[in-house]
Amino acid sequence: MSAAKLLRTRIFPHTMLILFSVFFLFPFVWLVFTSLKSPNEIFELPPRIIPASFQWSNYKAAFETVPFGHYMLNTLVICVVCIIGQLFAAPLVAYSISRIPWVGSKIIFAIVLATMILPSQVQLIPQYIIFAKLGWINTILPLTIGAFFGAPFYIFLLRQFLLGIPRELSEAAKMDGASEFRIYAQIILPTLKPALATVALFTFVGAYTDFMGPLIYLNDAAKWTLTLGLQGFQQDHGAQWEKLMAASTIMAIPMILLYFFGQKYYMQSGSAFTGFK
Amino acid sequence: MKDSISGQTSLRRRGWTRREWHYFWLGLIFASPWIIGFLIFTVYPFFSSLYFSLTEYDLFNAPRWVGMDNYKAIMKDHNFYKSISNTLFMAFISVPITLFSSLLIAMLLNFKVKGINYYRTIFYLPAVIPSVASALLWTWMLNPDFGLVNIFLRWAGLPDPAWLLDPQFTKPSLILMGLWGSGAGALIFLAALQGVPQTYYEAAQVDGANWWHRFWKITVPALSPIILFQLIMGLIGAFQIFTESYILAGGKSNGGSLGGPGQSLLFYAVNLYQEAFMNLKMGYASALAWILFIIVMLITLLVLKTSKRWVYYGGE
Repeated sequence: MSAAKLLRTRIFPHTMLILFSVFFLFPFVWLVFTSLKSPNEIFELPPRIIPASFQWSNYKAAFETVPFGHYMLNTLVICVVCIIGQLFAAPLVAYSISRIPWVGSKIIFAIVLATMILPSQVQLIPQYIIFAKLGWINTILPLTIGAFFGAPFYIFLLRQFLLGIPRELSEAAKMDGASEFRIYAQIILPTLKPALATVALFTFVGAYTDFMGPLIYLNDAAKWTLTLGLQGFQQDHGAQWEKLMAASTIMAIPMILLYFFGQKYYMQSGSAFTGFK
Repeated sequence: MKDSISGQTSLRRRGWTRREWHYFWLGLIFASPWIIGFLIFTVYPFFSSLYFSLTEYDLFNAPRWVGMDNYKAIMKDHNFYKSISNTLFMAFISVPITLFSSLLIAMLLNFKVKGINYYRTIFYLPAVIPSVASALLWTWMLNPDFGLVNIFLRWAGLPDPAWLLDPQFTKPSLILMGLWGSGAGALIFLAALQGVPQTYYEAAQVDGANWWHRFWKITVPALSPIILFQLIMGLIGAFQIFTESYILAGGKSNGGSLGGPGQSLLFYAVNLYQEAFMNLKMGYASALAWILFIIVMLITLLVLKTSKRWVYYGGE
């Protein structure tokens, strides 16, 4: 291999990739090291990056200052209910617009896409008023009910997958006299499993990381989710950076684990867009 | 089969065959969750927010009709202009920067070198961090005295700004944070890049085209539908920036008002939240929401219209 080619195909790519990796990784390193420092070390000048001794007690202290276990449970309930809702509604709608030959399918798909670009703020206030009149403020209903009607993004995602499933698969069953519901439940849903896993994963991530929804609908601190709890922590104990970083780490860990175990689903969602027509 | 044949000949109703009616009802039933949700949570709110925008409403007393007063008041509202200019800054400066950087990152991740999967994992990792947690992390990273960013800048002999405390640097702070999370956009670009036929590049290389040429003449046109999609989603996202501003500006702790130093982080959605849920001016906030809707629609249409000149769809 010539020196020029070696530079182009090996040295340059690796150098760039390593430089960018530093940018992407260092904040994590800083997060974890800060969460393990003693209060004095936080404000030491010149600052040291690696703490002299690891203060694991910061994590215990974070849990004691704020009821994170309780917030985690609240968050989990919302996440699970949202997943159930999306897995019920999104595939049904996606099936309708991609595999049932009816006049509404194109219209519905166009409107689904159009609502993706509609700023949610336009509906926000009337929705709040509806929920307030129903007496649903301070309950999880405003945060979960929407999932049972199917989110446009997941309908779109599942449609992309459904278009890839060969027609012959359901044609044969149709010949044998199977109803559309049976074909949907017994043939299509099982083949959709990986895509449904993607929907479940993203619904979980969306509900887990949502901040504005809980901020608007959950006033009572006992009902708070992790995001609200963490923000409340910042308001009350903002100067205790070591505890704040420990709390942030606790909040981030489930997402990092989900990412490591669910990487292929993230990749799928990325590639779903390339067939965007 | 027998069914559909007789359906076409003897069972016509309003020009539709039985088979067509059958599929119509089936399609409608399957799509009904979304249709019902669309009517209750989109169509109804859409029009009632138009009505509320013409009233004065504090949730406790009945809405009082005020005609165009809310819109007139908005035209004189300092916060409205502040939030519009802050938001346009993010839409037209931050969005293109982030888009360009995710495209660059995708191209880096498209190198065929050893260990590329590890790099992919690392580059995407920040995108999975909940925005509340990452905003808190960056508040600490950008701490003027003890933050990692300024430690590094001082070490390199560069000026170290007060980032989140200096109104001039709050938005650049937000852009920096956005760049850190740009792996999500990169993932979509990467998937698209892998669909570009390698032969295009090989042919161009034979013709002596340099890197820059290949980027502009092959990569960008091939990816243009995805660039358009991400551009529109990015612009709409910019008009909805909320969590990052709320956290970086320290929430309601600044005397009970949002927006950070010199209101430099008062974005459109933040202002709207403040008017609706802190000041309980639901009518006024509805008018803000309608103006937002009109602005977003105009920008989207403008982008779609100009995109005809630079977006290429395969097979055309």
